[in-house]
Amino acid sequence: MRSLFYIFSAMAVMALAFWAYNENYKTQAALREAQKLQREIGLKREELGVLRAEWAYLNRPERLRELALINFDRLGLLPLTPDHFGRVDQVAYPPAPNPLLGLADEITGLREDLE
Amino acid sequence: MSNRTPLRPLARILEARRRGENPDAIERENIRLRHEEQRDRDRQRAEGRLLTLGVFFICVFALVGVRMGMLANSEAAEPRAAASGAAILAQRADIVDRNGRLLATNLATHSLYAQPPMMIDKARSARELVKIFPDLNEEWLLRQFSGDLKFLWVRRKISPEQVQMVHDIGDPGLLFGPREMRLYPNGRLAAHVLGGSSFGREGVHSAEVIGVAGVERVFDDYLRDPANGGAPLQLSLDLTVQSTVAEVLNGGMRMMNARGAAAVLMDVHSGEVISMVSLPDFDPNNRPNPPTSGTPADSPLFNRAVQGVYELGSVFKIFAIAQAMDAGLINASTKIDTTSPMTWGRHRIRDYRNYGPELTATEVIVKSSNVGTARVALQLGGTRQREFLTKLGLTEPTPVELTEAPNAKPLLPRNWSDISTMTISYGHGLSASPLHLAAAYATMVNGGTKVSPTLIKQNHVARGERVISERTSRTVTDMLRAVVSRGTASFGDVPGYAVAGKTGTADKPRTNGGGYYDDKVLATFASVFPATDPRYVLIVTLDEPSENSGREPRRTAGWTAVPVAAEVIRRTAPLLGLRPETEALELDLITLTANR
Repeated sequence: MRSLFYIFSAMAVMALAFWAYNENYKTQAALREAQKLQREIGLKREELGVLRAEWAYLNRPERLRELALINFDRLGLLPLTPDHFGRVDQVAYPPAPNPLLGLADEITGLREDLE
Repeated sequence: MSNRTPLRPLARILEARRRGENPDAIERENIRLRHEEQRDRDRQRAEGRLLTLGVFFICVFALVGVRMGMLANSEAAEPRAAASGAAILAQRADIVDRNGRLLATNLATHSLYAQPPMMIDKARSARELVKIFPDLNEEWLLRQFSGDLKFLWVRRKISPEQVQMVHDIGDPGLLFGPREMRLYPNGRLAAHVLGGSSFGREGVHSAEVIGVAGVERVFDDYLRDPANGGAPLQLSLDLTVQSTVAEVLNGGMRMMNARGAAAVLMDVHSGEVISMVSLPDFDPNNRPNPPTSGTPADSPLFNRAVQGVYELGSVFKIFAIAQAMDAGLINASTKIDTTSPMTWGRHRIRDYRNYGPELTATEVIVKSSNVGTARVALQLGGTRQREFLTKLGLTEPTPVELTEAPNAKPLLPRNWSDISTMTISYGHGLSASPLHLAAAYATMVNGGTKVSPTLIKQNHVARGERVISERTSRTVTDMLRAVVSRGTASFGDVPGYAVAGKTGTADKPRTNGGGYYDDKVLATFASVFPATDPRYVLIVTLDEPSENSGREPRRTAGWTAVPVAAEVIRRTAPLLGLRPETEALELDLITLTANR
C-alpha cells in the first residue's frame, strides 16, 4: 500500500513538472510574439507618422493653389468668393411631370389613328 | 513540574517539629523555590518569542532591501506582456489647426557621425562626403579625421537618400544615429505662431527636440509630457484662412510698396485668433539666427502682429467716443466742437482737413476728427481714460500663448497729462500691438464684454467682464459701419458682408528721437464683419505703404490698408462659413429706384 502511494506521488510530481515546463515555454513564446507585435505596431505607427507628414506636405495650401492654377483649363477651380453662394430656389430641380403632356400625346395618337 | 513538591512535606515537618524549629519556614522556602522556577520558565519563553520576532523582522527587511537593490541595479525593461494602449509615439506631440490639419509633426531621420579610429580610407571618405554635402570643407574634414579625435558629428539631420549615399561610401567609421526631426509641412505658413525648434541635449542614440519660440516654446512641457499620450496640441488657427490671409496680404504689401505687413483675424466672442500673419516671414524648418546687427524689427523673425508696438493712430478714436457714450456724456448725435486748430498750452491739434465748427459724434468718427475726439477725451479726463484702456487690455502685454507676447508691453506716457489724454484719444503717445487692437475691438463690438486673445482652440468660453453696455456696443458698431459706408474707409465695403471699421494713419516716430517722419506712416484698418451681428475682427497693418497710381503717392490707410483688408474679407468670409446677406443689397436697389 505504502509503495503504491510513493509511486503514485512520484508520477504526480513528474506530471506536474512536465506541465509547468510546457506552460513556461508557451508563456515565453507568447511574450516573444507580443514583443514582435509591439515592435511591428511601433514601426507601423512610425510609417503612419511619415505618411501623415507627407499627406500634409502634399496638401499644403501653397501647393494646392499652384496646382489649381496650372490645371485651370481642365478643372476651372477658383478661390471661393461671396458670389459663389446661391439660394435654394436658384438650384434647377427636375421638372415636375405634367399630366397634360400625357393627354396631348394621347390626342396626337388618336388623330394619327383617325388619319 | 511533574514531581511537584508539596508545600508542607510531612516528613520534613515532623523532623523540624522534633528539632523544635518553625515548620512554617519550610513552607515559605518551598513557595519561594516554586516562584523562582516559574519566573525562569517565563523568561525563557519571552526570550524565545523575541528571538523569533527578531529573525522574522530581519528576514523581511532583508527581503525589502534586496528587492530595492535589484530594482535599482537592473536595466528598466518595458512590460512585455501588457497591451499597448496609448503608447508613446514620439517624444514630442503634433500641433494641429482647429480642423485637425497638421501644422507640426515629427519625422524619423538619421544623424551622421564619424569615429576616425575605425575609418579605413580617410582621404577617400572625406572626398566622397563632400560630394554628398557640398557645403562641407574637404580639407577641414580630412584634418579632423587624421587628428586624434575619437568622435565627430558630421551632420545633425540627413535625409534617407543621403543615408543611402553615405552607406554606399562603405566606410565602417561613418555611423548613423536615429534622430527625430521636427517638420513643419506648410513651410512659411504660420511661422511666427509656431516659432521653431532645435535640438537640446544630444546623444548618439537620441536627441532632445526643444521649442525655441512661439507656441513650441510656450507649450514645450505640454508637448513633451508623455502623460498626454501623444494627444496633439490644437490651435485656434484655421489653415485655409491663414493661407488665404497670407496670400492676400503678401500681394497687398507688394502692391502698396510696404516694408512689412501684419494681419490678425479674431473671433469676437471667444478671442480665438483664426489667423495671424506677419510679413516678411521665415521658414520654421530652417529658422534663421536672430540678427546680430540692425534693428530687430527688420528681421523676418519679428512678429509684427504681437511684438510690434506701434502708435496706431485714429483707430483709437472709437475708444474715447465709446467711453463717453457709455458714461452718458454724449450720444451718437451730440454736437461736438471741432474748431481746428485746437490750442492747448503750447500744443496745437489739427485735423487732416477743416471740418467746420461742429460735428455730431458719429461724424467725428466718420470724418476722423482729431479735435473732436480730443475734446471728448478732455471731458473724460486722464484717470478715467487710463482705467478704460486698462479694462480693454491696452496697457498690459497680451496674454496670448507666445514667448514673444510678455515682452511686447505697450508703451505708455510716463506722465499721463492732459495733452497725453488728448493725443492718446486719437492714437498717438500710446503704442500697442495689432493684437492688442484686435482684442480691444472685439470687446467693443461683441456686446461689450472683455475678450482675451488666445491661440488655443476653445470649446466653451465664459463671458468676460463687462466693459461697455450692450447698447453702446451696438451704437459703436453702427458708427464703424458708417465709416465704411460713407467715411474714410469707403474702399472697405464688401458687398454682402456689411463691413464696419476704422482707419488709422499714424506718422512713424523718428528712430533717433524727436518728432515724426513726414513721409513714413503706419496704415491700419481695424474692421469688423458682418456689422449686423459682429462675428470677426480683422486688423490689417501696413508698414510704410505708399500707393503710387495717382499723381502723388497716397499713404493714408483709406488708400492702402483698407483695400487690402477688403480683399482679405472678400476671400476669407466665405471660408469662415459666412453667407453674404442679400437683403442689404435689395434695400440699396429700392433706394436707387426711389432716387431716380
